[in-house]
Amino acid sequence: MSERTEVRFSKAKAFYDTFERKGSGDKVTHYCPGCGHGTIQKLIADCIDELEIQDKTVFLSPVGCSVFSYYYYDTGNIQCSHGRAPAVATGVRRTLPEAVIISYQGDGDLAGIGMTEIVHAANRGENITVIFVNNAIYGMTGGQMAPTTPMGQKTPTSPFGREVLRDGRPMGMAELIASLSAPVYVERCSVATAKDVLKARKVILKSLQNQVDKLGFSFIEILSPCPTNWGMDPVESRVWMQEQLAVLFPLGVYKDVTTHLVAVDPGKFHSPMDDDKLRELLRGASEVPVQRSSPLPHTQLIKVAGFGGQGVLSAGELLATCGMSEGIQVSWLPSYGPEMRGGSANVSVILSEDDIGSPLVDHPNVFIAMNGPSLDAFEDAVAPGGLILVNSAIVTRKVSRTDVRVVYIPATELARQEGLLSAANVVMVTAYLYITKAFSIETLRRCIPLVLRKKAYLNQNLALVEKVLDHCVRTAGSAGSDESDGSAGSENG
Amino acid sequence: MGKRLMKGNEAAVHGALMGGCTHFFGYPITPASEIAQAAAFYFTSAGRVFMQAESEVSVINMLYGAASAGARVMTASSGPGIALMGEGLSYLAGARLPSVVIDMQRAGPGLGNIWPEQSDYNMVIKGGGHGNYSNLVLAPSSAQEMFDFTRKAFTLADQYRMTVFILSDAYIGQMMEPVEISGPVLHGTRKDWAVYGDAASRPNLISSIYMNPPLQRKHNELLQDLYRQLEREQVDYQDIQTEDADLVFIAYGISARICLSTVHALREKGVKVGLMRPKTLFPFPKERIRELAEQGKTLAVVELSSGMMADDVELHVRGRTTVLRYLTMGGETPTVQELIANVERDLMVRSGGLSNV
Ligand SMILES: Cc1ncc(C[n+]2csc(CCOP(=O)(O)OP(=O)(O)O)c2C)c(N)n1
Ligand code: SF4
Repeated sequence: MSERTEVRFSKAKAFYDTFERKGSGDKVTHYCPGCGHGTIQKLIADCIDELEIQDKTVFLSPVGCSVFSYYYYDTGNIQCSHGRAPAVATGVRRTLPEAVIISYQGDGDLAGIGMTEIVHAANRGENITVIFVNNAIYGMTGGQMAPTTPMGQKTPTSPFGREVLRDGRPMGMAELIASLSAPVYVERCSVATAKDVLKARKVILKSLQNQVDKLGFSFIEILSPCPTNWGMDPVESRVWMQEQLAVLFPLGVYKDVTTHLVAVDPGKFHSPMDDDKLRELLRGASEVPVQRSSPLPHTQLIKVAGFGGQGVLSAGELLATCGMSEGIQVSWLPSYGPEMRGGSANVSVILSEDDIGSPLVDHPNVFIAMNGPSLDAFEDAVAPGGLILVNSAIVTRKVSRTDVRVVYIPATELARQEGLLSAANVVMVTAYLYITKAFSIETLRRCIPLVLRKKAYLNQNLALVEKVLDHCVRTAGSAGSDESDGSAGSENG
Repeated sequence: MGKRLMKGNEAAVHGALMGGCTHFFGYPITPASEIAQAAAFYFTSAGRVFMQAESEVSVINMLYGAASAGARVMTASSGPGIALMGEGLSYLAGARLPSVVIDMQRAGPGLGNIWPEQSDYNMVIKGGGHGNYSNLVLAPSSAQEMFDFTRKAFTLADQYRMTVFILSDAYIGQMMEPVEISGPVLHGTRKDWAVYGDAASRPNLISSIYMNPPLQRKHNELLQDLYRQLEREQVDYQDIQTEDADLVFIAYGISARICLSTVHALREKGVKVGLMRPKTLFPFPKERIRELAEQGKTLAVVELSSGMMADDVELHVRGRTTVLRYLTMGGETPTVQELIANVERDLMVRSGGLSNV
C-alpha cells in the first residue's frame, strides 16, 4: 500500500534511531500490523522535523495503545494517566511558554474517561495541539465499546451490538469541540487511503504551526484503523473506514479561525516579582506594632455572638489585634459554614499571657451578646463569675443568671447616634476594655485602623470610642441601681 | 518582618510564596477554599500562576504537568477532593514528581459536613491511591506552623522527589493567630530530570511505567528505601511535659491544641500528664512511641477519627503499655473538661488495679 511506503522509508529525526526504551537495538514499533497509530505517529515526527521544533517538543502519551509513544519520540516525554493528558498539558503550558505540547489521545481516553479534561482545556483555549485518534473502540484493553463505537457494532462489552437505549449514540468529538468558542482550528481527517494520509500530514503540520505561532487550541481528529480488534485484515479495515466510519464521522474542517488571529501573549502568567517586592506584598498593611501597657489580669476566654452583619467576627479580630499589639498570646476562631449565611455568627477569642492550647471557648469568662438568640444560646455556658455584656438596644430580656456580672449597653443605639450603622461591635469592645481594663484604651485606638475595612469611617469610629467611654463614665454611678430600663452600664449580679 | 494576625489558610499561602511555589491549581471546597482564594490573590499579584481547574482530578494532573516541567507546585483541598486525587497522587509517586498538597480535613464519610475531623489519616498517610507508595506528611497545629511547614514543604518535595502533604483540619485553617513571615524567599532550581522543552532536557522522560516486572520491583524497592531514609532524616515531634508524666497524650492538629489545654489544667490539679505531638505523621515518630511505652507511661491517643492514628500507635507499642483511645467523630471536638474526666476516670481505674482499661 502506497501510503505506508511513503512514510516508512523516510526516517524522521524526531524518532529515535533504535527504540532502546522498548528493547536494545529494537527498530520496530509495538503496534500491530496495519495499525493507524504507527502511520499517524510517523506523520507527527515528520512534521516536527519540518518545523524544526524537536528540542521544544513535549510529547504527552496517553493510556491506550499509544502509551509507549515515548519509545519512539526523541523529544521531551511525559506519560499521563488515562484521559488526563489535557490537564497535564495545561500544567506544562503554564510552566513552559515556549514549548510545543502535543497531547496524543485515543477515543476511550479522550471521549470517555477524559471528556471533562479535553472540553475544559479546549474551552480555555490552551495553546496546545491535540491529536485525537479515533479507532471506534478501546484498543489496548481488547476492543471494548467506546463512546465512538458505531450503532449495532459488536464488541466484547456490547456482544449483541451497540444499542441506543442502553449505550446512547456515537459521539462526534470534532463537532463538539468546534461548538466551543475558544478553539482556533478543528479538523477531522483519516488515514484510510494514501490521499487521506497526505491530507492528514498537512492538517497535523498546520495544527503544530498554529501552536508555534501561539494562536491557541488546535484539535485534530484522525479516523484510524484497528484491524486487530475489528477482526479485519488491514485492507478490509480501510474499506470499512471509508464506508462506515467516515459516514458516521464526516471528514473536513469544523472550525478554522486561524487566518484572522494574532498570537496570544503567554508572558502574562510568567512575570514573577523579585524577592523584595514579594516581601512587601506579604507584609501587607496589617502588621501589628507591639507596645505593652499592663499585664493581663487573667486569661480572657471571650465569646462574641450575634447576627451575621453585626460585625461579630471583626469584634473578635479587634480584640485579638489589641492582644497582639500588647505582645500577649491570642487566638481567634470563628463559627463558619452555612450557619453564617444570614443566620447567627460567633467567634471565640483567647487572650493569654501563656501559650494558648485549645482555641475553642466552651465556657467563656467574657460573653458579648449582640442579639437575643445568642444570649439564649450561650448564657448558660458562661463560667460562674464571668462577665456578660448585653447589647440592650436589641436584646429585650434580662440575663437570668445570678452568678455572673452583667452590663447592659445600648450598643446599636450609641453607634447609630454617631452615624454608624454597623459599629455596635466597636461599642461593645470599648465597653469591655473600660470595664475589665484588660488593655489600655490607647491600645484600642491604635488597633482600630488596623482592623477597620472601610478606612473612610476611621474618625467616626474613633469618635464613637470616646462617646462610649463617656457613656460608661456617666452610667457607672448608676451601676446596679436601675436594671429595669436596660440603660447602658447598668449591672446586676 | 513583624507579626501579622492571619488565618492558618492564609498563612499557608504566604508560606507557599516564601517557599518558592510558582504554581497553584485549585478547586473550591470548604474548608479549604480560603487557601485557593488567598492564592488567587497573592499568586496573581506576585506574578505567579494561580488557576482554578474543572475538578480535583484535573488539579492533580495539572500539578503532574507543571511538576514534570520543573515547577514548584501545590494545591489545597479537603476529604472528597483528596479522594478524587488518589490516582494522580499515585502517578506523582510513581513518576517521582515533587508536589505539595494541603488537606484541610472535614467530616465524612460522603459529603459529611464541613467541621473538622482527622479521618483522612489513613487515606493520606497510607498514600491515598493505588500501589506501594507513601507521602511525606506534615501536621501543623497553629497558623505559624501552617506558614512554616508549607514554606519548607517545597524544599522537602524537591529533595526527596515526592509529594509532601500538609495534613491539617478545618479549625487550624480557620483560626487566626499571630504569624511571623520569616526567613529568606526560597526558589527551586533546575532539575536534571525534568522536561523543559529544550535541547538539554530532550532525553528526559516522566513516566511511572516499568513494563518489565523485575524493573517495576526494583522501582518499588527504591521507593521503600526512600521512605526508610525519611524515617532516618525527617521524623519530627514535640514533647510537652512528658518527662515525669504518668499519662502521655498523643495528638496532632487541633486535637493537640485541646490536649495542651488539658495538660495545663490537669497539671494544676497535680495530675502528671504530658503531650507528644507528632509534627510528621509519615515518617511517624515510632521510636519515640516505643520509648514512651517502654517507660511504662499510659498513652492516650486523642483524635477526631475512628482511631486511625491509634492503630499506628498500637502497632509500635506492641502491647508494652496501655493505649487509651479518646475519639470524637462527626465534626465535633472533645472539650477540655471531657478529656479531664476521661483521664481521671482511666487513671483511677488503673491505680485501682483493674487491668482492663
Ligand atoms: C483509570 C483507568 N481506567 C482504565 C484503564 C484501563 N485502560 C487502559 S487502555 C484503555 C482504553 C484505551 O482506549 P483508547 O483510548 O481508545 O486507545 P486505543 O488503545 O484504542 O489507542 C483502558 C480503559 C486504565 N489504565 N486506567
Ligand atoms: S490493538 Fe488496534 S489500536 Fe492497538 S496497536 Fe493493535 S491495531 Fe493498533
